[in-house]
Amino acid sequence: MKKDIILSGVGGQGILSVAAVIGLAAMEEGLFIKQSEVHGMSQRGGAVVSHLRISDKEIFSDLIPYGAADMLLSIEPMEALRYLPYLSEEGWIITNSKPFVNISNYPDLEKVLSEIKSKPHNVIVDADEIARKMHAPKAANIVIVGAASPYLGIAYESLEAGIKKIFGSKGDEIINLNLEALRAGKEAAEKY
Amino acid sequence: MAKLLLLGDEAIGQGALDAGISGIYAYPGTPSTEIMEYVQRSKPAKKKEIHATWSANEKTAMESALGMSYAGKRAIVCMKHVGLNVAADAFMNSAITGVNGGLVVTVADDPSMHSSQNEQDSRYYGKFALIPVLEPSNQQEAYDMTRAAFKLSEKYETPVMLRITTRLAHSRYGVETGAAEPQREFLLPPDPKQFILLPSIAKERYKNLLKNQPAFGEESENSRFNKFIAGKDKSLGIVACGLAYNYLMENYRDEECPYSVVKVSQYPLPGNLLNKLKEESEKLLVLEEGYPLVEEQLKGFFDDTLEVKGRLDGTLPRDGELNPNLVAVALGRKDKIGENVPGFLSGRPPAMCPGCGHIDLYIALNEAMEKYGKQKVLSDIGCYTLGALPPYNAISSCVDMGASITMAKGAADAGMRPAVAVIGDSTFTHSGMTGLLDAVNDKSPVTVIILDNAVVGMTGGQPAAGEGKIDQICLGIGVEPEHLRVVVPLKKNHDEMVKVIDEELEYDGVSVVIARRECVTELAHRKKLELKAKKKDS
Repeated sequence: MKKDIILSGVGGQGILSVAAVIGLAAMEEGLFIKQSEVHGMSQRGGAVVSHLRISDKEIFSDLIPYGAADMLLSIEPMEALRYLPYLSEEGWIITNSKPFVNISNYPDLEKVLSEIKSKPHNVIVDADEIARKMHAPKAANIVIVGAASPYLGIAYESLEAGIKKIFGSKGDEIINLNLEALRAGKEAAEKY
Repeated sequence: MAKLLLLGDEAIGQGALDAGISGIYAYPGTPSTEIMEYVQRSKPAKKKEIHATWSANEKTAMESALGMSYAGKRAIVCMKHVGLNVAADAFMNSAITGVNGGLVVTVADDPSMHSSQNEQDSRYYGKFALIPVLEPSNQQEAYDMTRAAFKLSEKYETPVMLRITTRLAHSRYGVETGAAEPQREFLLPPDPKQFILLPSIAKERYKNLLKNQPAFGEESENSRFNKFIAGKDKSLGIVACGLAYNYLMENYRDEECPYSVVKVSQYPLPGNLLNKLKEESEKLLVLEEGYPLVEEQLKGFFDDTLEVKGRLDGTLPRDGELNPNLVAVALGRKDKIGENVPGFLSGRPPAMCPGCGHIDLYIALNEAMEKYGKQKVLSDIGCYTLGALPPYNAISSCVDMGASITMAKGAADAGMRPAVAVIGDSTFTHSGMTGLLDAVNDKSPVTVIILDNAVVGMTGGQPAAGEGKIDQICLGIGVEPEHLRVVVPLKKNHDEMVKVIDEELEYDGVSVVIARRECVTELAHRKKLELKAKKKDS
C-alpha cells in the first residue's frame, strides 16, 4: 500500500489540519506516514503545500517524487493545478471549487475548473458552500477530506477516529460538526 | 520508550531533552525555529526548569550555551545557517577552548533558499572548526544523533555540530525515543585555564584540538551512522550524505540498489569506508545536500585517476536542493514527471498580511521619498523585506541582520541623501544597535525607521528581545531626543507619518522614527487565546 498525497492551498486555509486528520487515520491503521510542511517566508499569505506520504513499508524521501503522487488534494482550485508535475498518470485531483482570490491577476475561474475537469480522475466540490450550509465555514477543509475519502485507501472509520483525536480538546460540538463535514464531503464526492 | 510523530526539528528537541540538557539557546530562524519551540512547549522541560528562552542573536545564544557547558551542564544551541555567521567568532573559538559539559551546535541549512538569503553549507564550518559533524538522514537519526552528539562532545571535550536541512527539519515521521538521562551536576572546569584563550594557552589548546583529529576520524569510521552497503554492480560506487541517502533509497523502494553505497552521516569523512568503495568501484557518484564538500575532497587536486561524479561535473545541479528525481537522473534511471503547470496560472508570492502596519508605513515612506528619487532606502531581514515587491517597491537592499543601518551610514558617507534604513525591532536588537552607535558617533545623516511590532514576525511571532525598550536603547546610544519620533502606522495617521518622516529626512544627523503597532497576526492570535481563557474561566 502506498498513497502519496500533495496537499495544497493558501496559507491559513487549514491544510495542516487536513494532513493531521489523514495522517492520524493512517497511523490508526498501523501504516507509516511522513509529512512535510512549509514554514517561514513562503507561508506568509502565499501558496502552501504539504507532502503527505502513507505506506505499509518504510518511507525514505520526505518529498514525493515528481510524477508519483496518487492524489492532489487541494482546498483551492488553482493551487491544485500548481502541483500537476507531481501527479502520476493514474492519480486523482480532488479539490474545492471555490477560489481564494488574494491576488489581482487570478486567472479566469472557468478556465481553471475546465482544466481540472480535463484530467481523467477528478472530483470538484464546493466545500465552502457545503460548510456554510452546515453553519461551519471553518470546516471546509474537512469537507475536502471527506471528498477524498473514497480514494484514500483508508477506512472511513479511521478518518472519523482521526477527527476525534484532532478536535478532541475542542468539545463534542466541534467534533460532531467536523464529522458531519466529513460525511457531507464524502456524499458530494459520491454524487460527483 | 515511546513512538512519537515528530518534525526533524522536534526530534532534535526531544533528543536534547532526553540527553539531559539544562539549557537550549537560540534565535529564531527558518528552518531551525521549531527546535526551541518544541522544548518551550514540553511540560517535562518546564518541570525540570530547563532554560528555554530566546536569545538576542545567535552569538549571544552560542556564548550562553558555552557558558552553561563551562559550568559542567549539557547545552544545545540552535540556529539557521546564516545565524552561524553571526555566531562564528564564538563557535570557532569554542573548538579551541573545548567544552566541559556536552555542547551541541545545531545548524539548519536552507538549500534552495526557501526562506533565506543564501544556501551556504554549514559542514564547511564544522570542517573549518575541526570538530565532528553529524548529519542525520531522517527524523529517527535526528533524535539518536542528538543524544550521540552529547556523548561524543563529552568524550573529547569538544563541541559537536549537528547539521540538518529544510526538508528534514520540517517533515514528520515516527521516532522511537529512549529513556531520559538526568541533568548533569554543576561542575567548574577541572582545568582552570581551559577557557582562557591567551596566546600561550590557546596554542596548547589548538594543539590539543589537532591531536584529536585522528580520533575524530576513528569515531567516523566506527560510527553506527556511517555504513558500507555492498552492491553487486561495480561500475559505480555511491557516496550518499545525510538526507541524500533517502533520495537514493527512494529510487530503490521496490528493488535492491545494485551499487555499493557508503552512507555518510558523520564527519570527518570515514576514510577506510571510502577507500574500500574506491577500490572496488569503476567510478564514484557523490550525492550530498548542499555544496559539493565531499565531492571536492574526493576529487583531490592532481589525482585525476578516479572519476567522481556529482554537482561539479553537471551530473547534478550545482545549486539548489536535491530531490528523488534529480537523483534518478544522476543514476541514469528513467525519470517520470507529471504534466506541466498550465501557462495561465498566476503566481501567489508571499505577501505582508492584510492590515499589517508595515504596509501603512511603506505607503507613507514612499510618499515622503518621492521628491528624492528611488534606491535610497536600505532595509533588512524580516516580514518587511516583502516591501521590496510590488506594489510597494519601497526598499533597495536586504543583506544580513542589521545591515540596513550600517549600509545607509556608508552610503551617506559616500554622499547619498537622504540615507534611510528600515529595520524591524527584533533585527535592531539582534545586530542593528551597534551600527546605530557608529552612526551617532559619526553624526551620520541617516534616518532609521524601526518597525516595532513587538514580535519576531516572519518566524511565527516569538517575543522580541527589545520589547518595550527600543526608545531607551536609542536614547542610550545617543540619538537626540528631538530626533527620536514615534508614529503609529495606521491608515488614519498617514498624513502625520508622512510629515514626521519628511521632517527627519531633512535633518542632517541621526534620526530614528519608530513605527509602533502590534503585529496583526500576533494580535489575532493573542485575542484568540484570551477568548479561550475567558471561556475556560466562565
